[in-house]
Amino acid sequence: MKTARYGIDDRPIFVIDQSRCIGCEACVQACSECGTHRGQSLIHLERIDRAASTQTAPMVCMHCEDPTCAEVCPADAIKQNEDGVVQSALKPRCIGCSNCVLACPFGVPKYVADFDQMMKCDMCTDRTSEGYAPMCASVCPSEALWYGTPEEFHAHRRGSLVDGWLFGRQAVTTKVFAVVDDVAAGPIDVLSGEERGWLDDPFALEDGAR
Amino acid sequence: MARIPVTEEALVERFGPHLNEAPPGGWDADLEIDRVVDTHCCFCGQQCGIKLKVHDNEVVGFEPWYEFPFNEGKLCPKGVKRYLQGSHPDRLLHPMVRDKGSPGGFRQVGWDDALARVVSEIQRIQATYGDDAFAMLSGVSLTNEKSYLVGKFARLALHTANLDYNGRFCMVSAGAGNKKALGMDRAPNPWSDIPLADVVWTAGTNVAETFPITTSYIWRARDRGAKLIVQDPRVVPLARTADLFLPVRPGTDSALFGAVLHELIRNDWLDHEFIDAHTVDFDQAAAAAADMTPAWAAEITGVPAARIGEAAELWGTSATGMMLHARGIEQQVKGTENVLAAINLGLATGKFGKPGCGVSTITGQGNGQGGREHGHKCDQLPGNRDITVPEHREAVAKVWGVDESEIPGKGLPAVAIIEAIHAGEIKGLLSICFNPAVSAPDVNFTREALDKLEFYATIDFFLSDTGRHADVVLPGSLHEEDEGTSTSGEGRIIKINAAVDPPGEARRDGEILCDIAERLGRGEHFRYGSNEEIFDELCRASSGGKADYTGATWDRIESEMGLFWPVPEVGHPGTPRLYEGGQFAFPDGKARFHAVPYRPPAEVVDDDYPIWLTSGRVVSQYLSGTQTRRIAGLVDQYPEPLCEMHPRLADSLGIKNGDQVTVTSRRGEITLPAAVVTTIRPDTVFIPYHWPGKKAANQLTIRAVDPVSAMPEFKVAAVKVARAGERAHP
Repeated sequence: MKTARYGIDDRPIFVIDQSRCIGCEACVQACSECGTHRGQSLIHLERIDRAASTQTAPMVCMHCEDPTCAEVCPADAIKQNEDGVVQSALKPRCIGCSNCVLACPFGVPKYVADFDQMMKCDMCTDRTSEGYAPMCASVCPSEALWYGTPEEFHAHRRGSLVDGWLFGRQAVTTKVFAVVDDVAAGPIDVLSGEERGWLDDPFALEDGAR
Repeated sequence: MARIPVTEEALVERFGPHLNEAPPGGWDADLEIDRVVDTHCCFCGQQCGIKLKVHDNEVVGFEPWYEFPFNEGKLCPKGVKRYLQGSHPDRLLHPMVRDKGSPGGFRQVGWDDALARVVSEIQRIQATYGDDAFAMLSGVSLTNEKSYLVGKFARLALHTANLDYNGRFCMVSAGAGNKKALGMDRAPNPWSDIPLADVVWTAGTNVAETFPITTSYIWRARDRGAKLIVQDPRVVPLARTADLFLPVRPGTDSALFGAVLHELIRNDWLDHEFIDAHTVDFDQAAAAAADMTPAWAAEITGVPAARIGEAAELWGTSATGMMLHARGIEQQVKGTENVLAAINLGLATGKFGKPGCGVSTITGQGNGQGGREHGHKCDQLPGNRDITVPEHREAVAKVWGVDESEIPGKGLPAVAIIEAIHAGEIKGLLSICFNPAVSAPDVNFTREALDKLEFYATIDFFLSDTGRHADVVLPGSLHEEDEGTSTSGEGRIIKINAAVDPPGEARRDGEILCDIAERLGRGEHFRYGSNEEIFDELCRASSGGKADYTGATWDRIESEMGLFWPVPEVGHPGTPRLYEGGQFAFPDGKARFHAVPYRPPAEVVDDDYPIWLTSGRVVSQYLSGTQTRRIAGLVDQYPEPLCEMHPRLADSLGIKNGDQVTVTSRRGEITLPAAVVTTIRPDTVFIPYHWPGKKAANQLTIRAVDPVSAMPEFKVAAVKVARAGERAHP
């Protein structure tokens, strides 16, 4: 796990695969152990619709190449470091206006009232700068959050890595990758009915032939 | 009479559970780290490697242990926050005796007074009522060294037959099934076999919440294209993406397995060569399954017949396959039968003793594997020997330096011990690391029993719900305060290193037991210079047994990142995968098929109690919650038990999500918020069991046990459900 700085050339990348998330919150608990913001967990873990599903979704900062949060900041408080990692707002500059909270297309920044400051995932700069994986990706038991080189990913895991996003007319490229089904196979028509499986009726309540 | 001395409120005020939110010094403290200790998590049988950071004899944080091969730094939330159990305001720091007049009902005393009282009560009770009227209950959060020592202590110092352990509520059905069919009680595979399987079948195991690390192994198999089958009454988190989901009704697993065997035979998806060369009694198993058609099983299990057929085809036609099972199929009065029926499927298709092949239990408790090998079960001696077999007794007596006749015979299993206390046959109790006031079935009965004890002493680090009944409380050691070994769910013996010393006047558990033994006049058998000496004696005592540790040493275990038993001689490399070449642990080397006809659960639903109850765990809590209900981050994650029910059931009862509901069985009732979710069978409700008193799910469960393993039926009961009021938290 001794690796070089985050996200440069063939160096490690951060990957999110929402389909693997088991909602255990190891990431949430571990985030608060990060040396740069001890006691404050900055990762998001959403329960999508617990009434209907156990699906949960972890969300770290996606670390945009041109971060919207920084663009809308009136105090010029949000900076990227030399690795392109977007930092929490600089404490002396942040005016707590929450422009960034509202503008981020991924919903990542949090205004933390106790500190009167916008805080967000900084990709565990203290760890990644020394060659260690971020806390959340270190502990994630299902590897829904994962840190390693693209070569390692493709050697062992399935799916395509995506780092380009469209929000209306806004195109965003991120340092963090998401895993999706094989992109080369083309889009899936979810309404076609061909992929219907047990998940549509887990307990066979509509199945007369049980 | 061992009644709780003061009100519950007064007990909670003094002994908690209070919540530890931050490490010593607070989150902002920039403490210098004196040392970083390689050890393991204490919260489950996966035994993940973890590094604990120490400052001034306090654990102040953790660091992932990337090099430990099992988990490579991964942890679940319990592991992340485990370090906060240390330096806790509720930690027991002094011996105490019950005293109604003292704050919280207990008065601090010196060690000498406390131990003198324990010894005099042991002697009084045994002189008055006989040796076996004093019982001991133990637990498998203890290391191998302590488990071994407890077994020896109960037999040679207390001279009681009545010693049992909390693995009775965890691993005994799997152990019994494995011994009957395969000849040995150990998971057959190292976890590195899981990624090599072409089909992975989880049966009655909520892997994502109870063994989170195992999900990464299953995903590694799926990345290779493996299919995943999940068998559970609930769409548990891992099931969400499964290839096939078998929504089995609680208590019907053996019918499902029988129908799969029926289909394997009907379609000839069998490994005849393997069956002929390496097994016996296939015909008997086949005959029992002859009428177990998928259509028949569909009626009983609620799993559509077509899905049973699909499961059989996936299992039967895949070259490799792993079935992983846990308490879902094991905590039943048919627990052993369910395990045998599962093993039948592995034997029929030749899925043993090869890479990526096996039918394996997932051990639940921290040292649930090692703790069930070395002699603190009521019927067992070290090396997983049988206390009723003369040669086994002789072998251990020789190591202990006693005459065979000095070792008591087979004692009562845990539930029977509680029943014997209730019946007035057992009058005294010493417990360590066991909290039956939360974890036993029918806990109202258990509390009644505890009230009847003439004398009860407990060794623990927090005052558990059971410990509140004690006459004498002896402060023992936390996992991180003592050195030893444990054996993980994959059979890997690992090293537990002490990070800190016990705080205050608390002592290491082994020292307390040896001190009591000395005062009972049996000290000659309990003089050890170190825990390593206990381990070396354990290895000698295990030598020639099935769980053979002969060649294991602390040095090897540590330097080799664990050692898989059996290690039958010095220099032996260990045995990660069992039964290679189809050689099973019987004299003839052949595995045993078993006929498993179906029978219903102990209690079935009827007009009065029309809904099935099943119980289990949540990811942020561990067992009876004695440790995890004291850690703020974990409590925040799931603060109180909820009753999961399907909207169809909820609608029929006029219940909305968040409403208070009262769930009633023939044993008791519980009122708690409803969680209305489509992820559970409409005929079943689920309640997690980690909480005490009025929040205890085990108020409802039935005190019926498996006739072979004496495992209680935690997973099946009949209940009724009614709305009790508005939602508590809008």
